[in-house]
Amino acid sequence: MVALLANSARVALRSGASASTKAGAGLTFARGKATLPDLSYDYGALEPSINGKIMELHHKNHHNTYVNSYNTAIEQLQEAQHKGDIAAQINLKPAINFHGGGHLNHTLFWENLAPKSAGGGEAPTGALAKAIDSTYGSLGEFQGKMNTALAGIQGSGWAWLVKDKQTGQIGIRTYANQDPVVGQFEPLLGIDAWEHAYYLQYQNRKAEYFSAIWDVINWKTVEKRFS
Amino acid sequence: MASHTLPPLPYAYDALEPVISKQIMELHHQKHHQTYINNLNAALTAHATATETKDVPALIALQQKIRFNGGGHINHSLFWKNLTPPGTPGNDLASAAPTLREAIVSRWGSEKAFTESFNATLLGIQGSGWGWLVSSGGPKGRLEITTTKDQDPVTGSDVPIFGVDMWEHAYYLQYLNNKAGYVDGIWKIINWAEAEKRYTAGVQNPVKL
Repeated sequence: MVALLANSARVALRSGASASTKAGAGLTFARGKATLPDLSYDYGALEPSINGKIMELHHKNHHNTYVNSYNTAIEQLQEAQHKGDIAAQINLKPAINFHGGGHLNHTLFWENLAPKSAGGGEAPTGALAKAIDSTYGSLGEFQGKMNTALAGIQGSGWAWLVKDKQTGQIGIRTYANQDPVVGQFEPLLGIDAWEHAYYLQYQNRKAEYFSAIWDVINWKTVEKRFS
Repeated sequence: MASHTLPPLPYAYDALEPVISKQIMELHHQKHHQTYINNLNAALTAHATATETKDVPALIALQQKIRFNGGGHINHSLFWKNLTPPGTPGNDLASAAPTLREAIVSRWGSEKAFTESFNATLLGIQGSGWGWLVSSGGPKGRLEITTTKDQDPVTGSDVPIFGVDMWEHAYYLQYLNNKAGYVDGIWKIINWAEAEKRYTAGVQNPVKL
């Protein structure tokens, strides 16, 4: 049932996205508007780490709401710019940060996940593996630190493995709500710690979600972002 | 040091159905609220030790833990009490809260205008948090609709009349991403009798209600 729903949803998404163009970081646009990016795997493909119902709601409902609300905010911004209304432009900042951030974060998140059959959970190699080992000692120790950071988030938010643009070094940072990784840091790997990301399957046992998600991390994507 | 314990609910876990399901209430009370209490107790124990050893950096480091988990304990203790099963006398604004109703109507023009404003505020919360009706500066003060992020409690002289938990764990198992459905439903279980009491007399100690 879930698989059937997931499949028909993906077909619908594909046909709706046929006129869209690809931009950087997997973001898609149609006629200048942000659009919901297609997933490269089925909703049920990340089971048992993340179940199909969560993936479907998270992608089709939550992510899509960020896309729509971001587009609305940008329309309002353009109108305010057209009118030269500076106060209105400043007033839109939180909405653009929240919904634009939600769109960016989820787009990056889908890409840094993969089913086991497509390499999900396979340890990183090359320069990234070296950076993780030299910074954290081992992949396992890094994962432990990332899980501690995730568990320590008070409220909704994300934990990221980031690259510092100033030093080239990697580090773990947490961000509140949908604040995106911008400025001094580049996002390499993000894990969504909002309750909607796990609650239907794990309820209050979020530590189990944080530990299970490593089985579906797409380290190939993280390597690409790092290099 | 006496530790904090989970206050019993003033109604059964399934008593708020169909607005809030039994499963949500069980998890919310037995797991989420309990976890805030456990973490608060741990932070307070560490605080007592740090006080004895005059470890000021440790005391400062504990402030956020106390704020978050103490806030979680306060907010949930207030929340359980400001809800009542649908159709109970406490849920009737006009008869249960005549003084508060008059203050609401004089401030917002009508009950409807108030609930619309409150709903819009709840739906505007970005991330986890709470929406509150507060009485500014003490009992029978100016009414304000406010929000607090994460588990920040209403503090100072402001009196929390009632609060609505907008964390996803408060509604997700039943409403999924339809938080507007949860927000619409909550009015069927607001305990106006408790709200009237807080509005006219204040809240002495929210965790000892």
